[in-house]
Amino acid sequence: MGAGHAHALYVHEHSPVHRLPPEVKVAAAFAFAAAVAVTPREQLWAFAVHAGTLAVTARVGRLRAGFVATRMLVVLPFIAFAFLIPFVASGDRVDVLGVAVSREGLWGAWNILVKALLGVTVSILLAATTPIPDILRGLERLRVPAPLTTIAMFMVRYLELVAAELGRTRTAMAARGYNPRWLWQSRPLATAAGAVFIRTYERGERVHAAMLSRGYRGAMPALGHPVARARDWRVGLVPAASAAVIATIALVAS
Amino acid sequence: MTPALSLAGLRFSYPDGREALRGLDLIVAPGERVAVLGPNGAGKTTLALHCNGVLRARAGSVTVDGLVLEDDTLAEIRRRVALVFQDADDQLFMPTVREDVAFGPANLGLRDDDLQERVVHSLAAVGMSDAADRAPHHLSGGEKRRVALATVLAMHPDVLVLDEPTADLDPLGRRELAEILLGLPMAQLVITHDLPFALELCTRTVIIDGGRVAADGPTADILADETMLQAHRLELPFAFDPRTAARRHRQPG
Repeated sequence: MGAGHAHALYVHEHSPVHRLPPEVKVAAAFAFAAAVAVTPREQLWAFAVHAGTLAVTARVGRLRAGFVATRMLVVLPFIAFAFLIPFVASGDRVDVLGVAVSREGLWGAWNILVKALLGVTVSILLAATTPIPDILRGLERLRVPAPLTTIAMFMVRYLELVAAELGRTRTAMAARGYNPRWLWQSRPLATAAGAVFIRTYERGERVHAAMLSRGYRGAMPALGHPVARARDWRVGLVPAASAAVIATIALVAS
Repeated sequence: MTPALSLAGLRFSYPDGREALRGLDLIVAPGERVAVLGPNGAGKTTLALHCNGVLRARAGSVTVDGLVLEDDTLAEIRRRVALVFQDADDQLFMPTVREDVAFGPANLGLRDDDLQERVVHSLAAVGMSDAADRAPHHLSGGEKRRVALATVLAMHPDVLVLDEPTADLDPLGRRELAEILLGLPMAQLVITHDLPFALELCTRTVIIDGGRVAADGPTADILADETMLQAHRLELPFAFDPRTAARRHRQPG
């Protein structure tokens, strides 16, 4: 699998991380993120080790540091408010560069910042080494209910088509002089969105007919992709296991 | 000889009350290629959806190689009759071409090597072996059409029903598709507005209008009957003469 699924986050490579079965990677990513989340914020060394583990994993996965770093920026808008906490939180004040800020607030901001960055890095590593259909298959193997993974699969498949349809509709509206500036001009947009929704619904019916025609009876068939062996689990869970150990030590130490 | 496909007295109305089929009869012999022509709204797509029981007629019967369509023969009928839908994006719903082609035979219970063999053979039959790991939405119109055909060939059908197979193809894509279809041995029902395509592929043509068969005969004769074509809102392309065209090209079948 590969070239065909060149979604923006995927990096086509042949690394040990890429080769791991998806269910291992999904479980490992989840476990790692959980370990990071429970690590006490005061144990700075623990976060350094977590970051080091991720750096090694990225290296084994042949991902460039710049690639990972630029994608980590997506988290910034979400944690922007974290920078405000030291200024608005109450409690002891400490001087940072001549500005008095809350000690508790500083820890709070650090906690959000480091955990969000480590968490988003985990998902970047997962997405960069696993095509989306494989991630879905991994979720399925981890016993996520089949209707959910099937819905997600169809969403991935048809999202581009629906987006293209919306784009064409907007072009058609613009071609007839529609150039909305104010809220009260948005009515045609809503109508167009409704029309696209109906067309998508009808497509759903046709896709269902196509599935029935090829013997679909309510369950997606197993297509014989390789399943994770015990060895894959042992290798794949190393980073997550190390994070769990670190988090435990940090919890005990604090 | 048992007909490959036999439709008798099919009647069907949509939930909104529109009567799409009004007593339609059609018999297709094994290996025969039949063009189905007719104006928009004549019931052509409805007819296609009846051939493998996606839609079930209010009255009449569908028989495939002697097997009557009923609730307990539905699965086998759907294996025997393959539908290629008008919009290939409706037909290709799996993340990769390989998985899409495997979907049908996997539903038939094939696994592992047998399954992979079906996939490999079907893609080779339409000349798309290289596309196995690509995503369907990254294929061109012609490629999508050929992969859509591969997805149903993988079920080893006895009857192929194609709904507007040339609708979104460029001339070369249309030519490649014609060559593939001419090389396939099973009975084919080709629903189309493309009259030269019908002439090239099918020795026999039926015109459907108002939900029943309005004409049935050799394609060359039907296309030469201008009055009849006009009566059913059909028209030959500019400067196309079916008599000379029929003489010039190899008559299949």
